[in-house]
Amino acid sequence: MTYLHNIGAYFLMIVEMFRKPTKWSVMKKLILKDIDDLVIGSLGIIAFISFFVGGVITIQTALNINNPLIPKYLVGFATKQSIILEFAPTFTSIIMAGKVGSFITSSIGTMRVTEQIDALEVMGINSLNYLVLPKTIALLLYPFAIAIGMFLGILGGMAACVFGGYTSLEDYVLGIQTDFQAFHIIYSFIKTFVFAFILATIPSFHGYYMKGGALEVGKASTTSFVWTSVVIILLNYILTDMMLGQ
Amino acid sequence: MIEVKNLHKSFSGVEILKGISTTFEKGKTNLIIGQSGSGKTVFLKCLLGLFDYEEGSISYDGKIFSQLTEDEKRNLRAEIGMVFQGSALFDSMTIAENVMFPLQMFTNQSKSEMKDRVDFVLKRVNLDDAHNKMPSEASGGMQKRVAIARAIVNNPKYLFCDEPNSGLDPKTAIVIDNLIQEITDEYQITTVINSHDMNSVMEIGEKIVFLKDGLKAWEGSNKTIFKTDNEVVTDFVYSSNLFKKVRKMYLEENK
Repeated sequence: MTYLHNIGAYFLMIVEMFRKPTKWSVMKKLILKDIDDLVIGSLGIIAFISFFVGGVITIQTALNINNPLIPKYLVGFATKQSIILEFAPTFTSIIMAGKVGSFITSSIGTMRVTEQIDALEVMGINSLNYLVLPKTIALLLYPFAIAIGMFLGILGGMAACVFGGYTSLEDYVLGIQTDFQAFHIIYSFIKTFVFAFILATIPSFHGYYMKGGALEVGKASTTSFVWTSVVIILLNYILTDMMLGQ
Repeated sequence: MIEVKNLHKSFSGVEILKGISTTFEKGKTNLIIGQSGSGKTVFLKCLLGLFDYEEGSISYDGKIFSQLTEDEKRNLRAEIGMVFQGSALFDSMTIAENVMFPLQMFTNQSKSEMKDRVDFVLKRVNLDDAHNKMPSEASGGMQKRVAIARAIVNNPKYLFCDEPNSGLDPKTAIVIDNLIQEITDEYQITTVINSHDMNSVMEIGEKIVFLKDGLKAWEGSNKTIFKTDNEVVTDFVYSSNLFKKVRKMYLEENK
């Protein structure tokens, strides 16, 4: 029953988020601040993880291809497919559920504990619109961060390949050009937009509706990470089946 | 003026407010007092519209709150200033930005007009040189004064204060009390203060509502509270030896 109640409350929160909009001059500043906090502030970790995971995927693929009949360019091909289809959109989003999600839950949760949300409500401000909508809009730029992650992942694979001596640069480049399908990029960005929405709203829900004190803020952050990850994994399966399945 | 009629509020079947009726007058400091658990905070949150209630009515200058549309409620709330127990300052904003916030949200003033108003209000609460400090850099007393400045910056018709003196030293508490009373007189605001600071009761309680177990047990002022023979009130208000002596002296002087 609690789960059903929470699911209902989550959708009501989404509806309420769009009612009684905050003045545009104020909203604009909030969006820019959230772009800086949530997207720009995450570029470093996304770049770092993507580059090295790209390298690891390349090394592992190369080490598992022993058969001389399998062409060497397959290493580049496998790296490209792994990064574009899964690693960049899905696994980066799960990492972001830890970084961005915890930040959102703890900042909104702290505002709840210290009565700052009550202060907004007493002033007649739609606190959900003021707090959650700017984060949701800011995270619409999240796919750009993922695009950078894709590029750096493939670059990391290339660096590992060439400097580790697993294949030649020509084979790797041939691999990433082989059987290129633009729809895979579209599929990946559609997933990323959906995950961006989840990354903004589920942690906000857990922060906004939390009860208790400082200890509960920590618990809410953990719960929010768990549920954001679960929903991302489930939606990843559903979207993949819908868009790529038979 | 705020008029409350037969207000009932329950949580999970437990009745917290059991039919409170009272009036909070314009231009006066109205105090709600009572022991912890008597329903003061729930009553205040009902007045603010943060809690729904099962029965009764609250009207703000004739406008019955429960009959207003959501937009009308939000417009009414724009006329309310609130000082929270923990100040509830936005910790991502400077003190000046905190005070400017209601102006940004509800007025179309230019930046310079807003700045002038913020300067004026911060000066009014004796904080002329704290504009660029963050709330975390301010003392408890300063935070309360910023909260008062934020509450009055938009010329509210109603000012609510939840335990404005909690956690403050006696001297700062008097400064805050005097400030609230001066502002109430100056701008003719309907001020409602939730308190269990007996010094505030004696100093600024132009109207006092005493709650016990969710019921209004007594109503009066700081003048009549000395003379009352209502045992429930005297047990609470004069529970300390100091106040017992003060009362005794007052009654002897005014025989």
